[in-house]
Amino acid sequence: MNMISISPRRSRGKVHVATVTLAHGGGGKAMKDLIDDVFVEAFDNPLLAPLDDQARIDLSSLSQHGDRLAFTTDSFVVDPLIFPGGDIGKLAVCGTVNDLAVGGALALYLSCAVIVEEGVPIDLLRQVARSMAATARDAGVKIVTGDTKVVNKGACDRMFITTTGVGVVAAGVELGAHRARPGDAVLVNGLLGDHGAAILGARGDMALQSPIESDCAPLHDLVARLLDAAPNTRFMRDPTRGGIATVLNEIAEASQIAIDIDETATPLRDEVRGFCEILGLDPLYLANEGKIVAVAPPDEADRAVEAMRVHPLGREAAVIGHVVDGEPGRVTMRTIFGGRRIVDMLVGEQLPRIC
Amino acid sequence: MKFVDEFRDREKAGVLVREIERLLVRMKRDVTRPLQIMEVCGGHTHSIFRYGVEGMLPKSIELVHGPGCPVCVLPMGRVDDCVAIAERPEVIFATFGDAMRAPGSRKSLLQAKADGCDVRMVYSPMDAMALARQNPAREVVFFGIGFETTMPSTALTVLQAEREGVENFSIFCNHITIVPTIKAILDSPDLRLDGFLGPGHVSMVIGDAPYEFIARYYKRPMVIAGFEPLDILQSIWMLLKQIDEGRCEIENQYARVAAAGGNSVALKAIAQVYELREFFEWRGLGSIDHSGVKIRDAYARFDAERKFSVPNARIADPKSCQCGEVLKGVIKPWQCKVFGQACTPETPLGALMVSSEGACAAYYQYGGVKRGRDETEASAA
Repeated sequence: MNMISISPRRSRGKVHVATVTLAHGGGGKAMKDLIDDVFVEAFDNPLLAPLDDQARIDLSSLSQHGDRLAFTTDSFVVDPLIFPGGDIGKLAVCGTVNDLAVGGALALYLSCAVIVEEGVPIDLLRQVARSMAATARDAGVKIVTGDTKVVNKGACDRMFITTTGVGVVAAGVELGAHRARPGDAVLVNGLLGDHGAAILGARGDMALQSPIESDCAPLHDLVARLLDAAPNTRFMRDPTRGGIATVLNEIAEASQIAIDIDETATPLRDEVRGFCEILGLDPLYLANEGKIVAVAPPDEADRAVEAMRVHPLGREAAVIGHVVDGEPGRVTMRTIFGGRRIVDMLVGEQLPRIC
Repeated sequence: MKFVDEFRDREKAGVLVREIERLLVRMKRDVTRPLQIMEVCGGHTHSIFRYGVEGMLPKSIELVHGPGCPVCVLPMGRVDDCVAIAERPEVIFATFGDAMRAPGSRKSLLQAKADGCDVRMVYSPMDAMALARQNPAREVVFFGIGFETTMPSTALTVLQAEREGVENFSIFCNHITIVPTIKAILDSPDLRLDGFLGPGHVSMVIGDAPYEFIARYYKRPMVIAGFEPLDILQSIWMLLKQIDEGRCEIENQYARVAAAGGNSVALKAIAQVYELREFFEWRGLGSIDHSGVKIRDAYARFDAERKFSVPNARIADPKSCQCGEVLKGVIKPWQCKVFGQACTPETPLGALMVSSEGACAAYYQYGGVKRGRDETEASAA
């Protein structure tokens, strides 16, 4: 029987048109050219190269890193696609790498599924793919499998990306939202709300010019340093949509404890404060893409903060509050003014106030 | 942050709270005979909850959260009219963000948007007019809402649209006036209020003279207050001083922004563009004479109510709602039968649950729920 073997040096296809058309999703030569020219070109690695229906990974190569597989998926539908401090590609890699990292996992492999609307410029797609590749290199992960679909105009907003990530958790690392205990410290690695404010500003709906850049960044290295310094860290989560308020509520609920934070200890950029003042938004609910909330036992909290502060992504790290005895599930904040208020889950979307 | 942090100073707050406590002791006020002070404006309500001001005050002061949230007091019939306009295929409906959640009898603007209406969030009426210029083939309707604070910007936009000949732009006017509303509250038979914090941003436009009747005829003191937490504490302290000294005046704590005579340019624009309506319907308070404005005949072509025939139906408030009693300080938000049960910020039944400035939403969001119930249980025990 004749076997068709794919030569590793097979010739790669080229796209010769300026925009994506339905032909690029048709399964034929146009699609192969698009995948070769845009994605394989950017992601190039030996696991992806055969372009089989699946990437095959040696179990032994995984098990040398730890004793449990971590597996996560996330979809990215950001508008605008390119924003100050990042783009949908960088976001799609960081988001999934961070979801693995906060579980204590070493992120190793990603998939990349792209849904593109016809009419999107090929150069834009290429820019996004290159951004994904560069971010993946920074994060030490490989994009090893993928999928591309082209849909009719209007069926999606230019481009949606789904990334799925596989990582390995080292033996002995135990993290969980249910592990917080009274006395524990609540930490963040830096200035909050940058991503949410950057995106709202970049949308232009509010006719506000803002210099705020997204904090979008892969946190694998910062998390590793944190876990080295504070091995008994109870839990970490990246406060994306819903902001830190949501994560704190999730921890309080899961651990059946109360959390009290101090507004004066909450790191915020002046520009983000101003942005929120003008629009009547609460920065505690703004999205972050390069931040973690961590809960550390009292005797490891200072070391955890120090370890983060020497890292470029943790210079503004701070203890923002503590786990306390109190009504289970309740999050409170001592305000800058000295009063105390409840920090509840966000209902719906934050909407700017009239006046 | 300059001009902001100074007004949120913890130590100064401590000094003011101690002064307030001292005055209350002198006035022999305690928990059994609390002073009831209404902050009229939703902006105050928001600050009070956002900074935890209420919890810093002695229990012998009760803050009653008044009707000054324009989104909250918008009746369902008017929201239905908004939706009817937004549903026209040629219309781009431009609105302030928090008005999108106000419930109509069929749907909110947020739901209308999800159902395919072109509803856009804007930051000012000028942004809406810019949309009209960018979309000459569409009809852009701006949802004019708010007290005297936002009335001038809508009026000036109408005047500019006229100067520039922008014909595909109109206002769905739901602007309301504060004075008849305070009067309606003062006239209610179950009134128990001892004084008012006046809406500083309304006074920035209308000055302080229009409130004189409150002190003169109703014998209630008022302090026009700013919106930072120290403004609010200082205004409460000023109000207590008046009561303690037996004075009854309209004082202005917010003089750094609100001049005694108001803003003459803004007042002129208001007078030029609007005239009083015979009456306007309020959620929770019912119909109040002369409490709303409409666009004058001279600017009829910028009036969405005339440009598009709107259903203009009157929809009664849900029977279970006790918003009116909360607004007048007769009951606290958590004492309402449906608070936190059938009526939540996700599915608001009553006016006060709609915007984050509404008293009930503020309680719900910033934690009055638990505290309120605790207090009720404690006083029952």
